[in-house]
Amino acid sequence: MTDHTRVLIIGSGPAGLTAAIYTARAQLKPIVIEGEPSSTTDQPGGQLMLTTEIENFPGFPEGITGPELMANMRAQAERFGADLRVTKVQKLDATSRPFKAWLTDDVEPSITADSVILATGARSLMMGVPGEERLLSHGLSTCATCDGFFFRGQDIAVVGGGDSAIEEATFLTRFASSVTLIHRRDTLRASKIMQERAFANEKIKFAWNSKVTEVLGADRVEGVRLEDTITGETRELSITGVFVAIGHIPNTTLVTDSLDLDDAGYVKTMHGSYTNIEGLFAAGDVQDHEYRQAITSAGSGCVAAIDAERWLEAQGFSH
Amino acid sequence: MATIAHLTDATFDEAVKSSEKPILVDFWAEWCGPCKMIAPILEELADEQADKFAIAKLDVDANVATATKFSVMSIPTLLLFKDGEVVARLVGAKPKGAMLQEITDSL
Repeated sequence: MTDHTRVLIIGSGPAGLTAAIYTARAQLKPIVIEGEPSSTTDQPGGQLMLTTEIENFPGFPEGITGPELMANMRAQAERFGADLRVTKVQKLDATSRPFKAWLTDDVEPSITADSVILATGARSLMMGVPGEERLLSHGLSTCATCDGFFFRGQDIAVVGGGDSAIEEATFLTRFASSVTLIHRRDTLRASKIMQERAFANEKIKFAWNSKVTEVLGADRVEGVRLEDTITGETRELSITGVFVAIGHIPNTTLVTDSLDLDDAGYVKTMHGSYTNIEGLFAAGDVQDHEYRQAITSAGSGCVAAIDAERWLEAQGFSH
Repeated sequence: MATIAHLTDATFDEAVKSSEKPILVDFWAEWCGPCKMIAPILEELADEQADKFAIAKLDVDANVATATKFSVMSIPTLLLFKDGEVVARLVGAKPKGAMLQEITDSL
């Protein structure tokens, strides 16, 4: 059976759920495809499900944890009647309207929609070096909050130089004896407050101008091979855990054939959340590699909801 | 409704050894987002699969010894025990179908 909806929202991070709250309050009865449980990508709740304390989301003076914030947003969307579904969109046909989405392998689409808000977010980039895949979950991790606990009293490393790398390194010092931050350059990209926090932390050491060329260890991480990005010299760093925080790539698999993407592979938006396809709006990290904050993501979800609502009205779709 | 037992370092060995059916142990912690994602799935499986296997949980925060003994380095980790031996190891949150498939293959 095919369900028809005015608004189909794909994704359930801050962008998707904010869009859900707004469109539900506008009586548009959105269907939200939340994603499926995973420790790496496409999980319901988005990237915040893999974080701990969030200190910069306005309205929470004492901070709130990522999973808690997302549970709250979800409850708020549900309260206004959003139809939330824990599953994944397998295929999206955006070539003609109504748009068609498949949740199964059936020939018939599971959902047809007058408009779509794409809020599929982004996921962690991997290093793509030998040993990385083999040692994933055996000392190599992309989720400090999930796995940090198991490195109590050990010497470990974080790869990356942005805010998330510093946040992970700082978090990991709760458990580890030392955390070496491995970064390609000799300065950090992270915001000033995060940098100061890292420099003030005695447990955090720095391996500047270094890139990882191999993760070492037979069945668990024993070290990394580093190459000096200036001299080309290589050396080995003996550690028992590696956390990768080198950046993100947008989750655009559903729309690569139909949507205009920028050079970095993010969905191009204009005049708010409009894409090159009429009726298809994009919000959150899938179209933003500049700010990537919970609050900017939520803000863009609101923009997309209002854009979609006005667009539907202009098309003559009644509520 | 099938209940999910909460095991500790003290009760773990006995519970796993004495289980008549295979037993799936969920190594989890309060601060782990992906663990929360699969919690409702495990509750459903506990009901739906009650005749095939039992489900129990172990909080790694409070029970470090057992987590260390089974080299759990990433959570959620699900270990399936049959006659006291580990017969399957599922690391990371997964969709229900994929999870059940891996468990069923090892029963």
